[in-house]
Amino acid sequence: MADNVTPRVRVPKSASAGEVISIKTLISHIMESGQRKDGDGNLIPRSIINRFTCDFNGQNVIDVTLEPAISTNPYFEFQSTVPEAGTFTFTWYDDDGSVYTDTKDITVG
Amino acid sequence: MSYTRRDTLLIGLGASAAAMLPIGALADVAGDIAAFTGGAAVGEGGITLTAPEIAENGNTVPVEVSAPGAVSILVLAEGNPTPAVATFNFGPLAGAQMASTRIRLAKTQKVTAIAKMADGSFVQASSEVKVTIGGCGG
Repeated sequence: MADNVTPRVRVPKSASAGEVISIKTLISHIMESGQRKDGDGNLIPRSIINRFTCDFNGQNVIDVTLEPAISTNPYFEFQSTVPEAGTFTFTWYDDDGSVYTDTKDITVG
Repeated sequence: MSYTRRDTLLIGLGASAAAMLPIGALADVAGDIAAFTGGAAVGEGGITLTAPEIAENGNTVPVEVSAPGAVSILVLAEGNPTPAVATFNFGPLAGAQMASTRIRLAKTQKVTAIAKMADGSFVQASSEVKVTIGGCGG
């Protein structure tokens, strides 16, 4: 597992039913591209997050495939419909098999 | 100046090596596009790619793609060692078919976004980004 991986997500606390909200996510990750060389000229092996998904109450919002060309600390901003109160689940899949998740609740009112 | 037989051979080798390099990268781009579209024709319009004209730091270049009615959007950077950048697949709850992120660009190049629409058609948009400092280490 890569060191110090911390997901950060910003979701509004409440929305009206059917409203479209904007979600911002950031996860601290080195995203080693596999192209760089260390001081001795050896290739540093690739180590990136290769997939990110966001679901709301089990329904998919966005599913992103990441390649090494995504910057360090992958950031995403996207929009989601909120049909009812519930929970957003954010999942990041690391090359080494680690899975990082975060959840955010939202109320409708 | 007259060329010896050995010089001629070397020049020929150098020229063919130089010719091979860009063709290899371009074939890779074409392969990525074909894998995404399945060989279908790619139209224009209906997709917006927002990228800066000049990026001082190729390590984090903010880009935004938006294609109302798209099922998925593929982003390619043709001048990178591996052209594929990201694929966004939109689920049933996506509020709008847009996403923004930050990407790495190795050098000044054209960034392309291709969207697959709900009816199975494809559209693309491109943007030229000037990069002052490349973002692939070295």
